[in-house]
Amino acid sequence: MTPDFEPVIGLEIHVQLKTRTKMFCGCELSFGAPPNTLTCPVCLGLPGALPVANARAIHFALMIGLALGCELADHSVFHRKNYFYPDLPKGYQISQYDEPLCRGGELAGVRLHRVHLEEDAAKLIHLGASGRIHGSEQSVVDFNRGGTPLVEIVTEPELRSPEQAREWLTLLRATLRSLAVSDVNMEEGSLRADANVSLRAAGSSELGTKTELKNMNSFRFLERGIAAEIARQRVTLEAGGSIEQETLHFDPVSGEITSLRSKEEAQDYRYFPEPDLVPIATTVAMLRAAREAIVELPRARAERFEDEYGLSVDSAHLLAFRFELANYFEKVVAVREGIDGQQIANWLTQLVARIGDQDPAQSKVTPEAMAQLVELISARAVSAPAGREVLDVLVREGGDPASVVEQRGLGALHDEDGALEAIVGQAIAADPAAVQRVRGGNDKAIGALVGAVMRETRGRADGADVTRLIREQLGI
Amino acid sequence: MSGLIDLSASQAAAAIKRGEVDPGALFDLYRQRAATDSLNAYTWVAEQAPKAPPQPSLGGVPLAVKDLFCTEGVPSQSGSRILEGYRPPYTATVVERLAQAGAPLLGKTNQDEFAMGSSNENSAFGPVLNPWDRARVPGGSSGGSAAAVAAGLAPWAIGTDTGGSIRQPAALCGIVGLKPTYGAVSRYGMIAFASSLDQAGPLTRDVSDAALLLSHMVGERDPLDATSLDFPEPIAMPSRRTLAGIRLGVPSELTGEGIEPGVLGAFQATLELARQLGATVESCALPHAPHALAAYYVLAPAECSSNLARFDGVRYGYRAADPDDLLSMYERTRHDGFGVEVRRRVMLGTYVLSSGYYEAYYGRAQRVRTKIAADFAAAFERFDFVVMPTSPCVAFELGSKLADPYAMYLNDFLSVPASLAGIPALSIPNGLASPPGGGTPLPVGFQLAGPAFSESQMLDVAFALEQALGFDGRAVRS
Amino acid sequence: MIDRDTVLHVARLARLELTDGEVERMVGELGGVLEHIETIAQLDLDGVPPTTHVVEVANALREDEPRASLSRQQALAGAPAVADEGFAVPSPQA
Repeated sequence: MTPDFEPVIGLEIHVQLKTRTKMFCGCELSFGAPPNTLTCPVCLGLPGALPVANARAIHFALMIGLALGCELADHSVFHRKNYFYPDLPKGYQISQYDEPLCRGGELAGVRLHRVHLEEDAAKLIHLGASGRIHGSEQSVVDFNRGGTPLVEIVTEPELRSPEQAREWLTLLRATLRSLAVSDVNMEEGSLRADANVSLRAAGSSELGTKTELKNMNSFRFLERGIAAEIARQRVTLEAGGSIEQETLHFDPVSGEITSLRSKEEAQDYRYFPEPDLVPIATTVAMLRAAREAIVELPRARAERFEDEYGLSVDSAHLLAFRFELANYFEKVVAVREGIDGQQIANWLTQLVARIGDQDPAQSKVTPEAMAQLVELISARAVSAPAGREVLDVLVREGGDPASVVEQRGLGALHDEDGALEAIVGQAIAADPAAVQRVRGGNDKAIGALVGAVMRETRGRADGADVTRLIREQLGI
Repeated sequence: MSGLIDLSASQAAAAIKRGEVDPGALFDLYRQRAATDSLNAYTWVAEQAPKAPPQPSLGGVPLAVKDLFCTEGVPSQSGSRILEGYRPPYTATVVERLAQAGAPLLGKTNQDEFAMGSSNENSAFGPVLNPWDRARVPGGSSGGSAAAVAAGLAPWAIGTDTGGSIRQPAALCGIVGLKPTYGAVSRYGMIAFASSLDQAGPLTRDVSDAALLLSHMVGERDPLDATSLDFPEPIAMPSRRTLAGIRLGVPSELTGEGIEPGVLGAFQATLELARQLGATVESCALPHAPHALAAYYVLAPAECSSNLARFDGVRYGYRAADPDDLLSMYERTRHDGFGVEVRRRVMLGTYVLSSGYYEAYYGRAQRVRTKIAADFAAAFERFDFVVMPTSPCVAFELGSKLADPYAMYLNDFLSVPASLAGIPALSIPNGLASPPGGGTPLPVGFQLAGPAFSESQMLDVAFALEQALGFDGRAVRS
Repeated sequence: MIDRDTVLHVARLARLELTDGEVERMVGELGGVLEHIETIAQLDLDGVPPTTHVVEVANALREDEPRASLSRQQALAGAPAVADEGFAVPSPQA
């Protein structure tokens, strides 16, 4: 009998901070600047240059630590992590080691191991075969990104499924977005996630051998990558094989997992305290400033959504844990006073089903259009199925719902002109068997007649109206 | 013109202010001497004096600068082949401050590669010769600066001291060298050897020059160097004639074994002189000082192995030709670009930091460092200064210590304790002594170490000793 | 103690090529120096804190204010190899 396996997942997340300048020098952060135009002696690692830590980066890191309920160190130091790579100008990365800025913490039931500050590497662009010199392929380094402040967040291995990992990362992202400390954009690399994945016999408390899945650059790929790795490990283990500790890459196109060629020797980073920097002593003033800078975290926002807009607990969380969606929701609610918040929340679920992880504010559906659609539906001017059709059009083409309804003839059929009554009559005439069952007391059989009417009206009729008319015509 | 050479830097500055000396003429005189230097003390000499800033308080007395200080557009190689052709796009804070104060850049001086050495033989530019005896070393690593000042090829100079690299060559060349309190002088723009120990300081003909130059090197902390500190008060010009009330401690650990008899003899004579000047001289204990050298040769190589990782052939300097791949580019560039001693220390430092050895070496060395600082702190409760010879030997013959690295490292055992404690220490010439095998008498150095930021008082005491000693270095300035 | 394999391992970590002769010499020289250094192993250092910074300073921070960057020309001025407005290196993936 094969044992049942349980996945054990931990995330290691890197967040680029949205300071004005780099972690250890006064170069501005690059947003698509031409290559090698935002460098200085410090971030190019020129001989003699020295780092000086950016006060705002520390402030942001403290905000993150507070928001995640971490224990903030009153004494914290930078270390050097030594290794050679062309994107690492000094031959070491300034990071934190055994005295990080924050330890512990918890978000949505997942405990955190630590949160620390470090500097980002530069960008290495592979020229490939076209850039051959002396027969070997060339790469080119652009140091604009080098030295960007990074916060590293490491969870305990407490996530249990790819879906949970994705959900959790979404909430973390909303938290960081609400702090306004980062753009936290996975596609652009300001939010990067690596996952540690292992399997163990269900119920066991021992951890299996883990693999590290590198740099999945979207929420979807993160979920799919972890799922693929779990499947791979399961197959291996069920065949009696063992898992090798290695670093892996998930190719979202092929769905394949490949081993990143292991370096010639095991890494030995030779950490030691960075002698060019002095320790960070977190002062009361620094803590107060960080605390005061935290406005509204997702959990508080969800509670506010419940109180202010009467949302269900589930809806409030669904919205508040996705930062842009929550912003969009608040814009829609603000279009008209007295609009039904829960209805909007329901229809935003429909919108999300259509646009996925995209920021709704970037979609073709304006908050005004969304509000109008919900109003049309609430006023029963558009039926729910027709409303979904309208939303399809809005997502594809934009525009305002009233015009879409008008142009496509999707307005609700009410019985004012007797047209619906006629269609109901036809449906009754066409299905005597169903009529007989209804008359015989089988109330559910009425569904067949309603369905027929709906088909005939392409969903524009109001279900309640139709049921009422059928009952009237059958005299029950 | 020859009279100008006899003026000390502070005398020259005063003469310029009085309008008796033209700073342009002074610069040209030294420029010419530096350009025809036969000691190999210079690696680069300025073509002409830079435009003087308005009202410079140092008058325009030109300054020789150790190669490892970055100077914009001027070769700055730290004595290494790996920085061949490198011209920095910026200038070190301390060089900038001194230029602003009226000490324009005269030239860059030779040094041991990346400041690693005690003989100036580890330079890509070849060894510097000692002006007292050209068959002998000038000491290191600031050997070029020391030789240039001693031989009158520069009015004054700056160097750096990590474990004795200002004090020891000053001693071997018969001049004054001061290593300030760690943090007193900005390290920004100094090509690093060991960050937690490196400190810039003056190498000068006399104590007054050292005080004057230092007074413009320290002051407000440099925002570009996180480890730099505000100097609590301006440096006072020395004037003391007696040592009444001054308590000097003589650590038995650093004044006995391993020191040449000639050096010890000069040391004892200077102690006697100090007593005559009114000082109390008593023995004191620095129990951990004998372990300073071992701790130093863990900490400094460890930091250097990391500091020198940036020399990888990617952004500047030398790159090995036609590498097969990235790994061979790194490995060949660094093999060919670094000299033997640098490779040795990079290896040593990498080893002591490598997995499994950190606590046994680096961690312990840091704890020894704590003990050494505590030893000094205890001594300073009873004494104003601790005194000892600067170097255990006078200038030795070129090539004589190259075969045994540890024999070379032993040159540092008297200077390293103050470096580890981060406290100021100064060397003044206190006479001449013959080397062990006999021969021409050579300069000896007397070292004072004091509490952090005691530079003014230390210079004052050194001044009184200097006046009484009457050391004459004119013979090598012709 | 230091042997040939250790020297080769450390040389790889430090990205230093060494000839066979240099490896042999390094074995002897590093071994010799380490023998002297190991005297600190005999000291009783229990409870002694390590010194990383001789001066007790903390929070020497920088305000988040921009300073002028170098021009690309300045940045690339000393580069041994340049391509596509950047620093060219043999590809790590090659």
